[in-house]
Amino acid sequence: MSQDARGSPFAPHTPEETVAMLDAVGAESEEELFDIPEAVRFTEAFDIPQRDEQEVRRELRELLGRNDDLVEFLGRGHYDHYVPSLVDQLSLRSEFLTSYTQYQPEVAQGFLQALFEYQSMLVELTGLGIANCSMYDAATALGEAATLSQRVRSVDGSRVVVPALLAEGRRGVLENYASGTGVTVDSYPMDDGNADLDGVADALDDDVAMVYAESPTVRGTIEEHLAAIGDLAADHDALFCLGSDPVALSLLEEPAAVGADVVVGDASVLGLPTSYGMGLGMFACREEFLRQVPGRLVGASTDEDGRRAYTLTLQTREQHIRKERATSNICTNQAWVALRMAMHAAMLGPDGLVDLAESCVRRAAGLAARLDDVTGVRAPVHDRHHFREFVARTDQPAAAIAEDLESERYAVHVVDDHLLGVCVTETNEPAVDGFVAAIEEVA
Amino acid sequence: MQFYDQARWKDDEGEAYEPLLSEKKSREEPIEDAPLPDDLTRDSLELPDLSEPELARHYTRLSQMNYGVEQGPFPLGSCTMKYNPKFTEDVAALEAGAVHPDRREETVQGTLAMLAGLQDYLGRIGGMDAVTLQPPAGAAGEYTGLLIARAYHDHNDDDRSEVIIPDTAHGTNFASAALAGFDVVELPSGDDGRVDSEALNAAVGDDTAALMLTNPNTLGLFEREISEIADIVHEAGGLLYYDGANLNALLGRARPGDMGFDIMHYNVHKTFATPHGGGGPGAGPVGVVETLEPFLPDPHVREADGDYELYEPEHSIGKVHGFQGNWLVLVKAYAYIARLGDPGLADASAKAVLNANYLASRIDYEIPFEPFHHEFVASAGDQDAGDAAKRMLDYGVHPPTTKWPEIVAEALMTEPTEIENRETLDQLAAAFEAVAEEADETLAAAPHRTTARRIDQATAARSPRLSWQALDQE
Repeated sequence: MSQDARGSPFAPHTPEETVAMLDAVGAESEEELFDIPEAVRFTEAFDIPQRDEQEVRRELRELLGRNDDLVEFLGRGHYDHYVPSLVDQLSLRSEFLTSYTQYQPEVAQGFLQALFEYQSMLVELTGLGIANCSMYDAATALGEAATLSQRVRSVDGSRVVVPALLAEGRRGVLENYASGTGVTVDSYPMDDGNADLDGVADALDDDVAMVYAESPTVRGTIEEHLAAIGDLAADHDALFCLGSDPVALSLLEEPAAVGADVVVGDASVLGLPTSYGMGLGMFACREEFLRQVPGRLVGASTDEDGRRAYTLTLQTREQHIRKERATSNICTNQAWVALRMAMHAAMLGPDGLVDLAESCVRRAAGLAARLDDVTGVRAPVHDRHHFREFVARTDQPAAAIAEDLESERYAVHVVDDHLLGVCVTETNEPAVDGFVAAIEEVA
Repeated sequence: MQFYDQARWKDDEGEAYEPLLSEKKSREEPIEDAPLPDDLTRDSLELPDLSEPELARHYTRLSQMNYGVEQGPFPLGSCTMKYNPKFTEDVAALEAGAVHPDRREETVQGTLAMLAGLQDYLGRIGGMDAVTLQPPAGAAGEYTGLLIARAYHDHNDDDRSEVIIPDTAHGTNFASAALAGFDVVELPSGDDGRVDSEALNAAVGDDTAALMLTNPNTLGLFEREISEIADIVHEAGGLLYYDGANLNALLGRARPGDMGFDIMHYNVHKTFATPHGGGGPGAGPVGVVETLEPFLPDPHVREADGDYELYEPEHSIGKVHGFQGNWLVLVKAYAYIARLGDPGLADASAKAVLNANYLASRIDYEIPFEPFHHEFVASAGDQDAGDAAKRMLDYGVHPPTTKWPEIVAEALMTEPTEIENRETLDQLAAAFEAVAEEADETLAAAPHRTTARRIDQATAARSPRLSWQALDQE
C-alpha cells in the first residue's frame, strides 16, 4: 500500500521521497511538471471511488453473480474444453505474464522458445510450412488471409468467396478487412450442411482471389469436399483458405493434403476456457508466402557462443518498420494465449489430442441420436459427420424451446425458426442426461 | 553497481540451451479405428509426448529464461510496463464470468453490467460520450476508429481519402490507416518536436478524413497548440483521432475529449495495467463523441431501465472481432480502475511523470526535447543505441525502446512508469551512466549475463527457420 493512502497503491513513493525527488528535478509540485495549457486542463472529477482490493473482488463477484448459472450447450466458434491446471499455474508465472514483446531476444529466450514450439505444433497440425505466433481470433485471421490473397496473387482479384453458412462475426470482420483493400465478399451455397460443389464452381471466376471453406462448419458438419474445393480454387489461381481448429485438425485430413494454402481458425479451443468469445487466431500458410505473412514470426538463429537461440524475425514485414506498407497493422497479439495453447497441447500429447478429437465426433453423434428419439425433435438435421455440435429441427418454435430450456438451466443456440444448435464436449457431458430429459419435457 | 545473471541451462555437448519439446520426446500416433471414414481423417499425428512433471520443468525453465516486470525495471518507452496487480487475475478467473458470448442478454446481465461499467469509466476518463470494448488491441482500436471515420464521412456523402499522421507517430497508425483503405499523408514535425501548425494547414484539405495524434507525443511532449490543431482539422471537415498509447501521462490532468478529439483508443494493457503477456492479449477500446455513436461496432452494450442489453447502432461499422473482444483483459482493466479510483488514477500519472523527470535528471545522455511527461527520448550520441541497450541487460535492467522515434539520433525512449521507487530509479540511472562511459567494443560484445549472448539477426532473416520441422530438415 502506498504511503499516501489517497494515491495509487502501486506507486511506492513515500511523501518524503516525493519531496526529495521533486527537489532533485527542481520542481515545487507534481502539477508543475505538467506542461498543459490552462484551456484544456481537466479540473473536475471522474467520480470513480477508490476501493480496496477486497471491495473490488466482492463487487465483481456480486456483479458477475448476476449471470444466470446455466449449463451451456453452446458452440458456433467458441468452445469449452477442460484446461489442465498446469496451464494456469505455469502460464501465470510472472516471467511469462508480465513480459513484453521480445524486442530484446537475449533476455526473452523462454517465451520465444515457447512461441517457436507453438508455431511448430501448428506446422504439424496443418502440414503447411509456416505458422505465425498469433492473430487476435479466427475472424481477424480470416480477414488477414483475405488481405494476404491480394498481395500474393499474380493478378488482382476483387472478390473472396465464402460459405453461405458462416458465423456472423467471421463474415462481418472479413467484410471490413476486405473493404479496405477494395474487395467484396460473396458466398457459395450449401448442400445439406456442406459446400455445394456445383455452387462453388459457379461462384468462381478469375476475379476471385480467395476461396474459404470450414471444417467443421458452423453447423458442426465435417466438410467432405475439401480437396475438390481446393482444386476449384487452384483452377482459378485463387488461394484456398481453410478454417478449422487444432483439436479438429488432430483427427481430420491434413490441410496441406487437401490443397489448403492458408489455415485460419480459433486455436484457443486449447488453453482458454469459456471466455465470452476471447480467442486466439491461428494463421498458417505455405512457405512461399513467407515475406507476405501478417503478424510476428519467431525464428531460430545462433548467438555469439554459437548456440541455438530464438528471435523475432522478418520484422521488415511489420508495422513498426514498414508503416503503411506493412503486411498488417497488428502489433499486440495474443502471445500469452498461444503459450497456453502450446502448454495444453503438450499436456494432451498426440494420443490425448486424437482421443479428444474422436470424442468430439462420438459425443456429437451420441447426443444427436438421443435427441432424435425425442418426439418433436429430429437430429442431426444434416446427414453428415459432426464435430462437437450439430443442428436439430424442432416441431415447436426453437426460440420457445430455448427459453423453456433456460428455465431448466440449459443454454442452446437458436439457429432459425425451427432449428436449434447444440454443442457437447467433455465439460458439459455430465449434464447430458438432464439436458435430454429437459428437452423431452419442453419440445 | 548491480549485475544480473539470468538462468540458463546448457549441455556441454549440446548446441542449444533448454532443448525443444520435440527434442525431448515425440511420438507418432497412428489414426486407427476413428469414428470417421478413412478419407476424412489424417493418417497419423506426430507431436511431443511428455509427462506432466517433465512439462512442468520445461515451462518453469523457460519462464526463468524470460524477463518480466517483476524481476526488475522495464522502462520500455511507449509501452507503459506497469506492475500488474495480482488480484486482477483472480477476478478475471471468476467462474461466474465464464459465459459464452452467444448467451441471451437476459441470462448474462452481470457480464453486460461489467462491460457497461467499464464503458462508463473509460468515457469519463477520456472525456468521450460512448465507448466500444470490442477491439482486441491498440492497433485494432486504431483500425476501428478509422472505420468509424470512414463510415461517418460516407454517411455524409463526403469522399475523403487521406489520413494525416505526424512522422513521430507509432507505426501502427500508418498501417491501420492503410488497412482501412486510406492514403497516408506524413506530417513532418516542427523544430520543437511538435506538430507544426503551418505544415498542418498546408496538409489539410477536402481529402482529409482525419488527423491521428498521440498526446503527449512519442517524445513525451504535450501538443500545446492542441486547440488550434483541432480547429484546423475540424474547419477542413476532418476528424481528430487520439492514439491513447500515452494516456498514462494525463490521467486526471487533461482529457482527449476536452482537447477536441472526436475518436480515441485506450491501450488498457498500458494505462490500466493489464499484463502484456509477452506480446498480448491487450484490449483497445474506442471512445467517440456523440455524433459518432451511431457508427460504433455491433453489438454495443447499453443500459435500459436498469437492465443491460445489446443493440446494433444505427449506422454501425459492423464487426471488428468475431465476438466481443478480449473479455479477460477487460475484467482486469475494470478491476484496476475500480481499485485506483479518482485519486489513484491521478496519482499514477503524477508519479509516472515525476519518475521520468527524476530519472532524466540523473543521466548524462542528451535529451533534446523538453519538457517531457511520462517518457523522454535521450540520445546515445556517438554510441549505437542498440548496442547500448544490449549492455544494459547485463546490469539487470530492461533497456528503453531504441532508435525510435527517428527524430532523435540513436534514440533511447525511456518510460519508467509510476511503479519504480527512488532506489530503483537510481539503479537504472547507474546502468545508463555505466553504459554511457563504456567503449563501443564493450557495448558491441554485450550482453554477457543473459541466457543467450548476442543473437545473429541477419542469419535469422536470411535463412528463416520457423519451426522444429525446419530445424530437422537441416
